[in-house]
Amino acid sequence: MELTRRDAVAALAALGVGGGAALGVGRLGRDPDADGGVDAERIRETQVAAAAVVYPSEVSGTREFVETFLEGRLEQPAHAAALEEAVAELDDRAESWYGDAFAVLSVADRERVLEQVGADTADEDPDGTTAERIRYYVVNELLLALYASPTGGELVGLENPQGHAGGLETYRRGPEA
Amino acid sequence: MSADRPPAEGAEPIDEERDRTPVADADVCVIGAGPAGGLVASRLAEADLEVVILEAGPRFDPADRLARQERAIRPAYDRPAVWDGDPERDAHASSGERFYPLNHARVKGVGGSTLHWQGMVMRLHEDDFDSASARGVGTDWPIDYEDLRPYYAAAERELGVSGADDNPFAPPREEPHPMPAFRPSYSDGLFAEACDELGIAMHSVPNARNSETDDGRSACVGYGTCQPVCPSGAKYDATVHLERAEAAGATVLDRVPVQRLEHGAERIEAAVYATPDGEERRQEADAFVIACGGVETPRLLLLSESSRYPDGLANSSGLVGKFFMDHCFAGTGGVLDKPTRQNHVGFLTSESHQFYDEADDEIAPFKLEFFNYDGPSPVGLALSGDDWGDDLLERLRAEYGNHVGMGALVEQLPREDSYVALDPEQTDDRGNPVPDVHWSVGDRALETVERVNEIQERILEELGAEITWQVGPEDTGPAYHHMGTTRMGDDPAESVVGPDLRTHDLENCWIASSSVFPTGGAMNPTLTIAALALKAADDVRESL
Repeated sequence: MELTRRDAVAALAALGVGGGAALGVGRLGRDPDADGGVDAERIRETQVAAAAVVYPSEVSGTREFVETFLEGRLEQPAHAAALEEAVAELDDRAESWYGDAFAVLSVADRERVLEQVGADTADEDPDGTTAERIRYYVVNELLLALYASPTGGELVGLENPQGHAGGLETYRRGPEA
Repeated sequence: MSADRPPAEGAEPIDEERDRTPVADADVCVIGAGPAGGLVASRLAEADLEVVILEAGPRFDPADRLARQERAIRPAYDRPAVWDGDPERDAHASSGERFYPLNHARVKGVGGSTLHWQGMVMRLHEDDFDSASARGVGTDWPIDYEDLRPYYAAAERELGVSGADDNPFAPPREEPHPMPAFRPSYSDGLFAEACDELGIAMHSVPNARNSETDDGRSACVGYGTCQPVCPSGAKYDATVHLERAEAAGATVLDRVPVQRLEHGAERIEAAVYATPDGEERRQEADAFVIACGGVETPRLLLLSESSRYPDGLANSSGLVGKFFMDHCFAGTGGVLDKPTRQNHVGFLTSESHQFYDEADDEIAPFKLEFFNYDGPSPVGLALSGDDWGDDLLERLRAEYGNHVGMGALVEQLPREDSYVALDPEQTDDRGNPVPDVHWSVGDRALETVERVNEIQERILEELGAEITWQVGPEDTGPAYHHMGTTRMGDDPAESVVGPDLRTHDLENCWIASSSVFPTGGAMNPTLTIAALALKAADDVRESL
């Protein structure tokens, strides 16, 4: 099942941010001076790399989906800064344990880093431990984007997932419709 | 929204430097900016009276609704956090045999608990007003259904109710609902087959939620997070009437918790409120309307004790705080071997009131609810598990999709050992004793919960469900409907307010709240709160 830019815009619309992305205005910086000083390129590459771990193998179009979603989320400077901090900590662990940045590791090694940092069993907390913040800003940020989007919902059989303004038709439809 | 915090964190009350000085020459001071206070204030302001509303909580920014929705979905935030609950401001005790989760049951702020409510709006039945006479238990209200009937119709127009005339068990009504009912869900259709076999009639649910665009508010667009936040504004909340009151000239002061009511022997003279900068101010008015709900209303009266009234204000009966009631929840659910299409919307489209009027002294009135959101929401599951990738998707597919569930509300009788009192051991952020919600439930309610469970089991078994959960007499909980703590009656020795909603003791004090309900019935209370508020507004206007 292919994720689209439209899915990302829908996910952003559910979360109340992303005017630029919703208008089709790409503004993701490629240097640390853009977007309020965060290294958007690093955040983007890391999140796309993490999506390869946390998204199911049957979805495609992940890169465009994640990038579009980030366009909106990075419009909020505080969120961008906290996301960058979580990504930096993830990279630190990846460098220490596997000798390279998270985004360039194999998918299997990326998954090991996320597990070894404890992001699989941690409860999300934006002000918590490293594991809890990576869970909040990296893992759950991606899962929220996917499963609050119509395509993510459809993976599970729910075209109008919670958080998506999918109208008043789907709840009346049967499974064969 | 603050840009200094992540999106879900950034939602915050509007924190403007506001003039919070008392309003000069106020005709009416309304305390509490929920639905009752909002309706009273808008009615009286539109009648050209000078109205001021004092609200303990903040004013929220409508632009933050989506961020609050993110809080509702993300597991990092509990329910009180969605609307900025403050544990120190909202401190409380719960000394009863059953814990009462007060801060999950209310929102403090402009709009009150309608900001997080479900939005179901039914009229009480005729016998609910005559419980002692018709059922042999409880007490009779001093007014009848016929007395409230025109106010019910007006309340339905004010809130904007979507409903249909398909409920054969509802009390008589004089005109259609303002908007058409929401159509039944797919799972309602599954339940209907089973209910047909069992001779149980289903019907639509009146919702204070727009089924079409109305009065400048959006039709429902299906966000699915009605409880605790509606981002579209399709669900009614009391900001509608607070805004209307302000447009008519009323003044709304937020973050000004009323500390006590200064009074003489027969009149309230001023409401003393605290401001965010720690000052105390006095709001004088000719009339005062207390609209703080079933917990804070008696608390304020008790906090206003004096040498003239050592047991609290308006409490010559000794009944302020007594007879605290809620509706007991009863539920049963399970799974089918086929899809049931849950969690597309966050509201109900079908109920059955068939058994309601069979109530007597042993069995309480109850209503049955057919859920559209039983079982987990996939996004919620995804954010709280220990897995991701293909394993997560496999789990979501296994856990979502085939749930069915039923709920019910059951009346509990008023009991003196169920009450709201002041807890002398704890104080809030202003140094005032906190409310102690001492909730007790009697045998009639618990036995009715058991009977409800039996009916729910029959329906689910007819449906072919494997039953996986049940909430019964042992673990029943409250539906977050606070009622009964300043009861209405004709006899000043046995009630706090009269049928005009005015306190027996003080000639310029009215109470607009579910706290005046002598009995609770088993219908969601807000439509009755709204009807009584409109009735109180009429009486205030006539008295001035």
